[in-house]
Amino acid sequence: MSVIIIGAGHAAGQLAASLRMEGYDGSIRIIGDEPYPPYQRPPLSKQLLSGDMELEQVYLKPDEFYETNNVELTLGKSVASIDRGAKTVTLDDGETVSYEKLALTTGARVRKLSIPGSDLDGIFYVRAIDDTLGLRDRFAPGKKLVVVGGGYIGLEVAAAARKQGMNVTVLEMADRVMNRVVAPEVSAFYEKAHRDHGVTIVTDVLVSGFTGDTSVTAVTCADGSSYEADLAVVGVGVIPNTELAEAAGLACSNGIVVDDMARTEDPDVVSAGDCTNHPNGVYGINLRLESVQNAVDQAKAAAKAICGKPETYSAVPWFWSDQYDIKLQIVGLSQGYDQAVVRGNPDDSEFSVFYLREGTLLAVDAINSPREYMMGRKLITDHAKPDPAKIADTSVSVKELV
Amino acid sequence: MAKITYVQPDGTKNEVEVPNGQSVKDGAVNNLVPGILAECGGACACATCQVYVDAAWFETVGPADGVEKDMLDFAFDPQETSRLSCQVDVTDALDGLVVHVPEEQ
Ligand SMILES: Cc1cc2nc3c(=O)[nH]c(=O)nc-3n(C[C@H](O)[C@H](O)[C@H](O)COP(=O)(O)OP(=O)(O)OC[C@H]3O[C@@H](n4cnc5c(N)ncnc54)[C@H](O)[C@@H]3O)c2cc1C
Ligand code: FES
Repeated sequence: MSVIIIGAGHAAGQLAASLRMEGYDGSIRIIGDEPYPPYQRPPLSKQLLSGDMELEQVYLKPDEFYETNNVELTLGKSVASIDRGAKTVTLDDGETVSYEKLALTTGARVRKLSIPGSDLDGIFYVRAIDDTLGLRDRFAPGKKLVVVGGGYIGLEVAAAARKQGMNVTVLEMADRVMNRVVAPEVSAFYEKAHRDHGVTIVTDVLVSGFTGDTSVTAVTCADGSSYEADLAVVGVGVIPNTELAEAAGLACSNGIVVDDMARTEDPDVVSAGDCTNHPNGVYGINLRLESVQNAVDQAKAAAKAICGKPETYSAVPWFWSDQYDIKLQIVGLSQGYDQAVVRGNPDDSEFSVFYLREGTLLAVDAINSPREYMMGRKLITDHAKPDPAKIADTSVSVKELV
Repeated sequence: MAKITYVQPDGTKNEVEVPNGQSVKDGAVNNLVPGILAECGGACACATCQVYVDAAWFETVGPADGVEKDMLDFAFDPQETSRLSCQVDVTDALDGLVVHVPEEQ
């Protein structure tokens, strides 16, 4: 028996560990194009960037893990093609390897800007260890950093850079930060928190170019405004890595299409993580998620499918973001909500927003409110209809919302 | 370095040497000890790494507080000696530590 895992990211590391935990005793080989063993990306815009974490601490497992569990790592090489008929994959160095079961955990890559000046030196994206180390090296007190994109990654970078004494400006195209994921109340809270920490936040502004000779010196906008910059970080979303799967004739539509057991249409090919488009039973929709929760849970399902013990993956998605000493925990998907109920007071830096549709709880954003987050998780799983008046009343315990 | 024993609900024991600086959670996930899911990787964001600290060790380890305490309050069947294992850092003082893995996370 042999399993080949393509891409050495979070899902890949989990998949290998889960295969062994399921008792799979065939060979496992992970092939990844980055020079590092599977690692966690969340610290790349948080503790690793702010200098509060060492490189080894971001690795998912220590080196010995792969030896002890007989998992072969082939790093710094990419898979160029898959031949599903012959059941082989071919690497960029020409090596051809055969598989019995194949796992695609190719993740996503950053969306790059192609506007004037976008290839100048000093412009960074944050997706891989090398991005973070390169950026951190160039941080110095008093230097000017312009962050393009006020999503959670851009804002985490802003917080980490402030910690190192940088002057930071965030430019956001929409009318508020994190507009894709949170309610206006939460955006307003984060804008204020960043301003209180000395970050300049500009919304409703479209970045149109970068200027500088060899290295970026300013970021320019469509409205004619311009912001001086020694460094720029762009965080404007990701694109799933589906080309390899598409070329192998697997169905792809905003992600590699899999069922709720992480299986593609090919019985010998599974897929997990940021690269998949999959059904979610809790919400009854198909979606692509970019989160550790999804990478981990779907990889576990993929391992079970490979071992012939398929199990449905249907979880309430959850996510977190750390900025300064503020912990944001999000559970559920708020899309389509018709009522947002705020619990607590944003001025206390401790509040939550409950999103409902026709009375049913869809999602909770919890700011320094782990109890609301944990309870929300349970209520969403139960399709509960908590009473909005009770939600808004902090004298009612979160355990008594339904 | 500390030797840590993870006791499963059925009584099975896993004994693991864990280097200082790692967490009790690291000792479990790096050695495939079942039952400690640790989905967020130690960010104190998921509460899937709960353990019950053995009564004999609870004083040395100490109780949870702050975010950890709030999360544990809603975890699966929390007990007096519950901790999120990602929040317990290993030192020589924990050599011999015994923790019990819950039925579920
Ligand atoms: C800066 C940052 C902060 C984040 N913060 C959080 C957070 O706080 N909470 C959270 O839940 N999530 C967070 N995420 C998202 C989370 O890290 C991802 O969802 C997760 O890494 C997805 O894992 P994956 O295995 O699917 O993909 P990845 O980790 O992207 O791994 C895929 C790997 O496959 C490689 N690959 C692709 N094609 C090939 C090929 N043909 N051959 C060989 N290798 C290939 C890629 O180079 C990559 O190394 C963050 C992400 C980033 C970038
Ligand atoms: S690993 Fe997530 S809270 Fe401990």
